[in-house]
Amino acid sequence: MLLRDQLHFNGQLFLRHRVRTGLLLLAVGLGVASVILLTSLGEGARRYVDREFSSLGNQLLIILPGRKETTGGAPPIYGTAPRDLTLEDAQALERIPAIRAVAPVIAGTASVALQNRSREVIVLGSTPEIFQVRDLEVSQGEILPDRTRSEAMAICVLGSKLKQELFGNSRAIGEWVRVGDRRMRVIGVLEERGESLGLDLRDMIIVPVRTAEQMFNTPGLFRVLMELDGNADFARAEERVRAVIRERHEGDDDITLISQDSMLAAFNNILTTLTLAIAAIAAISLLVAGILIMNISLISVSQRRQEIGLLKALGGSSRQVRQLFLGESLMLVSMGSAAGIAVAWSAVLVMARLWPSFPLAPPWWSVPAAVGTALVAGLVFSLIPARRAAALDPVLALRGQGG
Amino acid sequence: MIELSVVNKTYLVGEAPLRALRDVNMTIGAGEYLSVMGPSGSGKSTLLNMIGLLDRPDSGSYCLDGVATETLGEEPRARLRADYIGFIFQAFHLINRLTTLENVELPMMLGGIAPKQRRQNALAVLEQVGLADRAGHRPGQLSGGQLQRVAIARAIVMKPRILLADEPTGNLDQASGNEVVEVLENLNREGITLLVVTHDANLGKRAKRRIRMVDGQIESDTGDDNVAAGSTAL
Repeated sequence: MLLRDQLHFNGQLFLRHRVRTGLLLLAVGLGVASVILLTSLGEGARRYVDREFSSLGNQLLIILPGRKETTGGAPPIYGTAPRDLTLEDAQALERIPAIRAVAPVIAGTASVALQNRSREVIVLGSTPEIFQVRDLEVSQGEILPDRTRSEAMAICVLGSKLKQELFGNSRAIGEWVRVGDRRMRVIGVLEERGESLGLDLRDMIIVPVRTAEQMFNTPGLFRVLMELDGNADFARAEERVRAVIRERHEGDDDITLISQDSMLAAFNNILTTLTLAIAAIAAISLLVAGILIMNISLISVSQRRQEIGLLKALGGSSRQVRQLFLGESLMLVSMGSAAGIAVAWSAVLVMARLWPSFPLAPPWWSVPAAVGTALVAGLVFSLIPARRAAALDPVLALRGQGG
Repeated sequence: MIELSVVNKTYLVGEAPLRALRDVNMTIGAGEYLSVMGPSGSGKSTLLNMIGLLDRPDSGSYCLDGVATETLGEEPRARLRADYIGFIFQAFHLINRLTTLENVELPMMLGGIAPKQRRQNALAVLEQVGLADRAGHRPGQLSGGQLQRVAIARAIVMKPRILLADEPTGNLDQASGNEVVEVLENLNREGITLLVVTHDANLGKRAKRRIRMVDGQIESDTGDDNVAAGSTAL
């Protein structure tokens, strides 16, 4: 039997059973589309994190107080240390030659108010170096002055959203706002920028580190951010940092060091695993589609008993009958997959337009994996019906009897 | 042409074995016109299917044109069936979603013959059964007699040497039945071997050689020209 005839023969069958064919196509198409879409989401998340990290600058080293294991889980956000990491520790680190900038950070929340408007936001106490290390710019006004490295001053830099909420479109520079129970003068407004490492940079306020120390009544730093020299060796720098801390903390380097690379690798691992898991879940829908194909094929075999018997009586062999039924499934799965891919791509395009900041994209392997799974499921599950059709006794089949 | 010797076939009907054929010996020459008659369950359909290579004997041998068929695999049997045998059924068994022409083309399609050649052959046989003008119709648009003639066209399109008809007029009225019988007998006159299984005594009587089966055995085998079964050998 020529391939072309087989396609034509099955094509006529599909036309004849439009509803049945449509439902099967829907099942396969949905399965394929969901695999592609879900893996796109996973891959998008991975890319998003990737992009966020590279926006930090790749020579970043972060010190957290206390010792934590960073392998096998998300990086620690808060550490509890027997000994605080202090501003003096941070200043000592500045003397390491491989370190270009050190930005100590004290973090807390406070309400920021202007007249009767007030918002609860994150307060970052730091030094001018935070702008260098985190690659922050001001769109209006200035960054923290050099004096703030050692002095408390009643000044602050606002995130762009916070400025908008408090001041609207009117001028903020030079105005006074109430932060907690202190009055501070606004000296700058941060450039509009998205979220970074789970911190909405638009909705926070930066104050001098000494001011934050007084506000939150703590000498302990939340963390220390460091930028290394462009060609500095991470391992060496890390060793020096630990040595300095050991010296200052009575022989105990009770800190956790996170390099951007290690965090990125950890996130990448997690997200890739997650994407694969999502893909596996979506593949179950293909399995369901496969079972549906099997059931419908089995019904089709019993409905078409006479036809199968006839084909055999007309000189068709069992192999040909088997091929016809397998071919039918393969054609269905191919058409369903094509429809699924089309739907998934359009959905990705639409979503990319709706949320341009989220880098949604199907990973290269998702289309072949989805179609492959669909084909395998279709083939495997139509083997039984095809075999049953091929084994059908033509004599009984033509008489319309059971068997 | 067809040589059955000591053929036995037993079916299991529920628990009980049913001996459909018992030690059947039979020889059919090329171009013969036979009818097989007998009560229900006498084994006449089994005999037809055996000759049509749709069924295998449990024991005994069946030679078709000198080829021992009982040892052949499924594929060569299908090929022999395609080359030698045309089937006609009581219920026509046309595929409703296909046109008349496509139904007639079906055996050639299974045989892998090129579409152009198929069309030509199919139109030729439709002409032969007087239905060339119905080529584009679907089975639902044809009368019973026309349907059976399409089925005959389909059966002869591969130019088989043997035509096996199982109650060919069973679902037809008198007039249509006569038309169909006429077409079949014409084919026989042109040299095709025709074997008709029927309940209809009138139809049975028209055959030159008449076989009567009871309980899986050949009870009588009579011919117009007084020739006994075994002697009309190849």
